[in-house]
Amino acid sequence: MAVKLEIPTALRAFANKQSSVEFDAATVGEALKRLTSTYADLAKHLYTDDGRIRSFVNIYVNDEDIRYLQKENTPIKDGDTISIVPSIAGGRSR
Amino acid sequence: MPIVTGTPAIPGAARKLSREEIQRYSRHLIMPEVGMDGQLKLAAAKVLMIGAGGLGAPLGLYLAAAGVGKLGIVDFDVVDYTNLQRQITFSTSDVGRPKIQAAKERLAGINPLIQIETYETRLTSANALDLFRPYDIIVDGTDNFPTRYLVNDACVLLGKPNVYGSIFRFEGQTTVFNYPGGPCYRCLYPEPPPPGLVPSCAEGGVLGVLPGIVGSLQAMETIKLILGIGQPLAGRLLLFDALGMRFRELRLRKNPACPICGEHRTINELIDYEEFCGIRGEETEAVTTGIPEITARDLKARLDRGDDLYILDVREPHEYQIGKIDGSHLIPLGDVPRRVNELDSSREIVAMCRSGKRSADAIRFLQQAGFRKLWNLKGGILAWSDDVDPSVPKY
Repeated sequence: MAVKLEIPTALRAFANKQSSVEFDAATVGEALKRLTSTYADLAKHLYTDDGRIRSFVNIYVNDEDIRYLQKENTPIKDGDTISIVPSIAGGRSR
Repeated sequence: MPIVTGTPAIPGAARKLSREEIQRYSRHLIMPEVGMDGQLKLAAAKVLMIGAGGLGAPLGLYLAAAGVGKLGIVDFDVVDYTNLQRQITFSTSDVGRPKIQAAKERLAGINPLIQIETYETRLTSANALDLFRPYDIIVDGTDNFPTRYLVNDACVLLGKPNVYGSIFRFEGQTTVFNYPGGPCYRCLYPEPPPPGLVPSCAEGGVLGVLPGIVGSLQAMETIKLILGIGQPLAGRLLLFDALGMRFRELRLRKNPACPICGEHRTINELIDYEEFCGIRGEETEAVTTGIPEITARDLKARLDRGDDLYILDVREPHEYQIGKIDGSHLIPLGDVPRRVNELDSSREIVAMCRSGKRSADAIRFLQQAGFRKLWNLKGGILAWSDDVDPSVPKY
């Protein structure tokens, strides 16, 4: 299934400056794996050392948070959009 | 979750509008959605703005203009020259003044008929609940994670809506948290990013107009809540991409397991938010881990003596263009792992950046890679400009 992944501003530097990419994948987990194997630098921003999605990054399929669907097993339909939405606070650069 | 309508609007004040108010707010009054009843609701509303910065600027300007009867502003900061690029409540002549003073003057100038309370204080677990209590709506215009969690928790514990807005470079997020039955900030992000993992100083920065747009959206949501009109953003996260000029909407769900607003509350009082965000740990870490430092003056002295030092600048190319130390070599922090073989571990390496934080990260990496002759330029190029060469611009 062809899926579009929206890359947030904060992570575009690690995805060749692109704001979105397209992959073929059957589930969210597969799409994210394709993303991080194509852009290796993204992996540590999206995943912890033990392979879980970081808690301050939310993943949506269309407008639904995957935590309320089947998480990484959420199936993809043709034309779906996966959004990666990290926590941002703006301003103070610590 | 259905889109929530019919908000807990503010009951109108038990008074009439003056002639002055009728004239001032005529463009509100001629709209059936507002009318005199709506304007009286605005007059009776008490809104507390946390932060008088980039988001707080348009927020305050529009809430004052709209006639919100009581506006509170919390900010302990002083107007800085670099604020003027986006904090449009302030004039150049305000640089150096407390933000709340300058903001109060500007807002009172727009609308002398409203009450403006200022709180020149840092928001903490010790004062938040008392500060929030007299207000109906809290608007979060802050710039750091610990305060966002603090504002959220205080709003949940007190039962007040939290009009949230946040920005990063070209992107913004906005929603209304803690609307009755709606999710809170912890439902969306149970934990903050550990410090150092979110993009670094170099990747920060912001187009000044971005908080102008997001802060205005927050003002719009606040006014809608007061008037009880339209669909508030409760349960929806509005994402704004300025470069693509696109708005997207994501569904926000209440997390039944949320520790503060969920079915089994485990957080009953405000906590230490710096610790929660890992910042306290980071402060002590900088002291105890061995990052060898060299001051700008000492570096200059050693260079003048003819010492063979390799100065590694880990900033971004556009920062290097602003000003640099002669003879330094630029390898942006993100490229250091890939280009480490360009460095000679038999030479002494002085790592530097803007303020000393990124270069400390570079030093840590190089230490792990086996380098031993390392120094971190304390205070970065800012310190070099202050103590050695004022012709190098600070930024």
